[in-house]
Amino acid sequence: MPINYYIFLSIALFSIGIVGVLTRRNAIIIFMCVELMLNAVNLMLVAFSKMHYKAALLAGDVNGTAGTDGQLFVFFIMVVAAAEVTVGLAIIVMMYRNIHSVDVNFLNRLKH
Amino acid sequence: MLRDNDMVAFFLIILPLLTGLIAFSLKEEKVVKSFAFLSSLATLAVSVLGLTLMNTEENLQFTAQWMQPIGSSFSLKLDGMGQLLCLLTAISYPLVFLGSWNASYKKPNNFFALMLLAQAGLMGVFLATDALVFYFFWELALIPMYFLSSQWGGEKRIPVTFKFFIYTFVGSVLMLIGILYIQSKTVSHSFSLNAFYVVELSSKAQSWLFWLFFLAFAIKMPVFPFHTWQPDTYEQSPTPTTMILSGVMVKMGLLGLLRWLLPVFPIASYVWGDVVMSLAIAGIIYASLIAIRQDDIKRLVAYSSIAHIGLMCAAIFAENKSGMQGVMLQMFNHGINIIGLWIIVEIIERRFGTRKMSELGGLAQKAPVMAIFFVIIALANIALPLTNAFAGEFLMFNGLMNAKSNYYLWFTVLAGLGIILAAVYTLNMIRRIFYGEVNELTAVATDLKLNEKLALGIIVGLIFWMGVYPQVLLDVTDNFSQELVNKIDISHLFRKQ
Amino acid sequence: MQNALQIVYLIPLLPLIGFLVNGLGRKHLSKSLVSVIGSGVILASFAMSIWVFMQVKGMATPYVAHYFDFIKVGDLKIPFAFQVDQLSSLFLLIITGVGFLIHVYSTSYMHKEKQEHYGRYFSYLNLFVFSMLLLVMGANYVIMFIGWEGVGLCSYLLIGYWFKNTEYNKAANKAFIMNRIGDLAFLIAIFWIISRVGNVNFNDVFAVARGEVDLRKFTGTDITAITLLLFIGATGKSAQIPLYTWLPDAMAGPTPVSALIHAATMVTAGIYMIARSNVLYSMSSVTMDIVAYVGLATALLAATIALKQNDIKKVLAYSTVSQLGFMFLALGTGAYVAAVFHVMTHAFFKALLFLGSGSVIHAMSGEQDIRNMGGLNTKMKITFVTFLIGCIAIAGIPPFSGFFSKDAILLSAFEKSPVLYGLALFTALLTAFYMFRLLFLTFSGQFRGTADQKQHLHESPAAITIPLIVLAVLSIIGGFVGIPEVFINGGDRIGAFLSPVIKPHGGHTVSHSTEYMLMGLSTALVIIMIIAAWFKFRNYQRTEEKGLGKVLENKWYVDELYDKVIVQPMHQFGGFLKSVIEKSVIDGLVNGVGRAVNYGGRQLRLLQSGQVGSYILLMVLSMVIIFALQFFLRK
Repeated sequence: MPINYYIFLSIALFSIGIVGVLTRRNAIIIFMCVELMLNAVNLMLVAFSKMHYKAALLAGDVNGTAGTDGQLFVFFIMVVAAAEVTVGLAIIVMMYRNIHSVDVNFLNRLKH
Repeated sequence: MLRDNDMVAFFLIILPLLTGLIAFSLKEEKVVKSFAFLSSLATLAVSVLGLTLMNTEENLQFTAQWMQPIGSSFSLKLDGMGQLLCLLTAISYPLVFLGSWNASYKKPNNFFALMLLAQAGLMGVFLATDALVFYFFWELALIPMYFLSSQWGGEKRIPVTFKFFIYTFVGSVLMLIGILYIQSKTVSHSFSLNAFYVVELSSKAQSWLFWLFFLAFAIKMPVFPFHTWQPDTYEQSPTPTTMILSGVMVKMGLLGLLRWLLPVFPIASYVWGDVVMSLAIAGIIYASLIAIRQDDIKRLVAYSSIAHIGLMCAAIFAENKSGMQGVMLQMFNHGINIIGLWIIVEIIERRFGTRKMSELGGLAQKAPVMAIFFVIIALANIALPLTNAFAGEFLMFNGLMNAKSNYYLWFTVLAGLGIILAAVYTLNMIRRIFYGEVNELTAVATDLKLNEKLALGIIVGLIFWMGVYPQVLLDVTDNFSQELVNKIDISHLFRKQ
Repeated sequence: MQNALQIVYLIPLLPLIGFLVNGLGRKHLSKSLVSVIGSGVILASFAMSIWVFMQVKGMATPYVAHYFDFIKVGDLKIPFAFQVDQLSSLFLLIITGVGFLIHVYSTSYMHKEKQEHYGRYFSYLNLFVFSMLLLVMGANYVIMFIGWEGVGLCSYLLIGYWFKNTEYNKAANKAFIMNRIGDLAFLIAIFWIISRVGNVNFNDVFAVARGEVDLRKFTGTDITAITLLLFIGATGKSAQIPLYTWLPDAMAGPTPVSALIHAATMVTAGIYMIARSNVLYSMSSVTMDIVAYVGLATALLAATIALKQNDIKKVLAYSTVSQLGFMFLALGTGAYVAAVFHVMTHAFFKALLFLGSGSVIHAMSGEQDIRNMGGLNTKMKITFVTFLIGCIAIAGIPPFSGFFSKDAILLSAFEKSPVLYGLALFTALLTAFYMFRLLFLTFSGQFRGTADQKQHLHESPAAITIPLIVLAVLSIIGGFVGIPEVFINGGDRIGAFLSPVIKPHGGHTVSHSTEYMLMGLSTALVIIMIIAAWFKFRNYQRTEEKGLGKVLENKWYVDELYDKVIVQPMHQFGGFLKSVIEKSVIDGLVNGVGRAVNYGGRQLRLLQSGQVGSYILLMVLSMVIIFALQFFLRK
């Protein structure tokens, strides 16, 4: 499959994520949209990693490790995302306890 | 290899620094006063020792590891100008302490400790041969001054010192940008002065950097039109702080020009020389005219100082040896004279509670000794021959007259108007404070106390010594000036074309 | 005997010691001790000067004593050195000789002063003599300048000697500041010389000017500029147009000071300087013309003002300005010797006149207005006779000293142009007229003062009359050192004496008969003027001045003009700078930057809405912009 397909899919996912973050007011949905963006990036990384590996193989580098660092990053991002989920959900729970809502527009105290 | 003698430079900094830190803990006023005085005497002794160890071929140098990875080392050098300015700093402090012995301050420990810390900063600025060290001490000298002025100053001290701090700080940050840029352009990515001297910069880059550095120094000196912080700060600061600010601190800017600006950017200095000289000379006339209209003695002396500094700045950009030597001589003598003036101003302010000349008068009848000292110092300030400022001003004017600029004659004549105007405001000041009939305020005046007589006597002694035989100081800086003039000589660039 | 020259430094050193001793000990030394020290050091200097004078008589080249390098920077060496030659030794004699007489006079004139002020007075006087000696003995322009400013300082200190009086102090300031204007020109001339010659020693400068040094040369412009600048310096010190107004005001000082500083010595410093630089001046005809015209104009202007002055010292002051103008006229016509000669004779008779006026003021209990005097001749015989001698001398009647020196000047003016001669002669006639007006108003007719003053009238004590008598004798015989060639061949002894310093210019172009005619004319006219003055002022009645008389009484309103044109505008401009430019423009800009930052901060704060959504929107937008920039600016 040509790499373009992956790119388009990734852009689509990322844009959905951005639009979601920008338009929704529910903290959990925003959270999910952020995850969506991260996964779009992950998809991109994996796709490029595969592409580079293939190109190296075709060039005759049988034992090559080209592209593996891209996959490494994917794991990295997954771990970070998991950590983020823990912290983020905890914050959301705290927020719900305090103001009985998960609407981010109530959270404008930062300007003070 | 570190020679024993080379520790002199290091001691000049560490002595006031340590004694300053110790002074914070001495709560008793008498104790901390004497302690600070003794410390300043010790520094003076070290400085004189440095002068005796000076030989013409080699300067006393001190180098220690500091921040090796980024190309900076803690290096100091006691060259001619360093010797001279360290001596000035070292002489000033005992005089300041002695002259204002009778004044008392709340929290004396903090006051004297900060004064000593500022001295350490000043010494560092005068000695540093590493740009980062230079910058470090530049700020170190500023911060105690800020606290001194803002804690012990007059009524309007808070806005005034805030402005002073921000203004000078903006200048020094601009300089920091310049320093970092040059460091990135040096071959070995080093902050050392020698690396700065050989760095290759395009003439366009030189011009930009020139103004970055010049702004920092111009604000510090201060040169017209960057001077507006100065009269307010001098007026509002406690007088000992003002003495150090005007007598010693303004020399930081001049030293900056001489050590960090001209030799680093010789081409830009030549190109912009006319502009800077015009500013400086406009400042002389401008400040003198304002001084004529002042009623407040402190402000008058402040504006007179701007005029004097303007002349020194102009003479530096004349870029010849006569001008340089004149500046060297004048840096020292201006410091001595202005401290003398401040001491008397402080006495007047403390005794009569006013600085307004219109409220004073006839003091010469009640305090003849004070009048004599004041007249001598004031006349020295306007460069009467056989007083210390004459030789310096003579050489500076001679430098201006021999400047490479096309407008040298204009510069000399216009700067010369300054000496006429200086006579106008100085003589008027003498007349309005000391001559005429006494009024209710001055009728009960008393003459000088012993400590004041002593401080002023030393100053007057120096005035005549340096006035009759200025060669003492000229010899100290002769080599330095010659090297400087050689470094900034760019005539070889023209010859190639 | 060479040793007089070897210890020549003692001549200025002694007065300096006197200054220090009297100045520091003014509270402890008794008045008589102060007098002895103050006058004694000057007497010793005078004795030394005579000794030196004897030795320089036949010297072909000047003696230069080098002490130490005052300033040494690179190639520029300014030595602290003294030069003794005929010109300076003549001035040494005048300064220390007249100076000594005035010191003696002062011991009596100032005896009412308090002890410490008495000491202060004598220390200033000694300091003045020291500075003046430095001025004439300096071997280069810088040492001369040191003395030059030094005498200015002493003049300032002594004019403001009675420092309680604000008017006196203002006069002192005016003197110092006007002198400083001239000094600036002098300084610039020095720098100009340095830039062309490389040093300031008289001998080197003149050698270069004469073309004896190959490498360095003056161009014509250099010479003209230098000489003009030096001349401006001289106009300050020697009170010429436009810087003369300080001298009449300087009469605020004690009368002996006016005699010494503002008549006999300091104000002739300009003449000395130009005579010293005669090599340079002779090379620039432009400057010479300017010097001559300025001198003549000053002489005329001051003489007209003197006609209507009523303060005894002011008349003498304007007369001094006028006589100095004569000297500059002589210099400008190339008659340097005549100028120096007139300096000498003028020192005698003007010091005599001032001291005489002091004696009168002393007797009149401080009264200076001649309208309130009259008929003093019977009460003060010695003062009257000596004053009369002074007046005859200044009027120029043979064989009194003033005749010879003034005649030399008039003759040299005649050689230059008859117009100059005519104006100069007219001025000389005015001189005779106002001087005898002064004499008659003071000494003849009825006494017009108060009864109290009349009671108090008396002849002054010996310390005052003896200097008067000595100076009177000198005023009579002083002219015999310069008898014109028409009378006695070789009579011009002063010209011969000064010839190593001032090259005598070629023989006179005027025939002997013309010379006799000119002398006869001037003498006859002067006598007519004196007679006219006698009839007009023999029995003076007080009248109000009108028209031109009033203008003259108010000194042509020159002071007012300077005040309106220079002082006031400068003052107002200073005020404008202080209150408008400094406060609003420069500080406004500086504070404006601060205010702009503050304002910007306040506006930017509004972006911080606290809405997470808007933050993210901004973030996304900026990222898009950055990407776009990255994309388009790649090329």
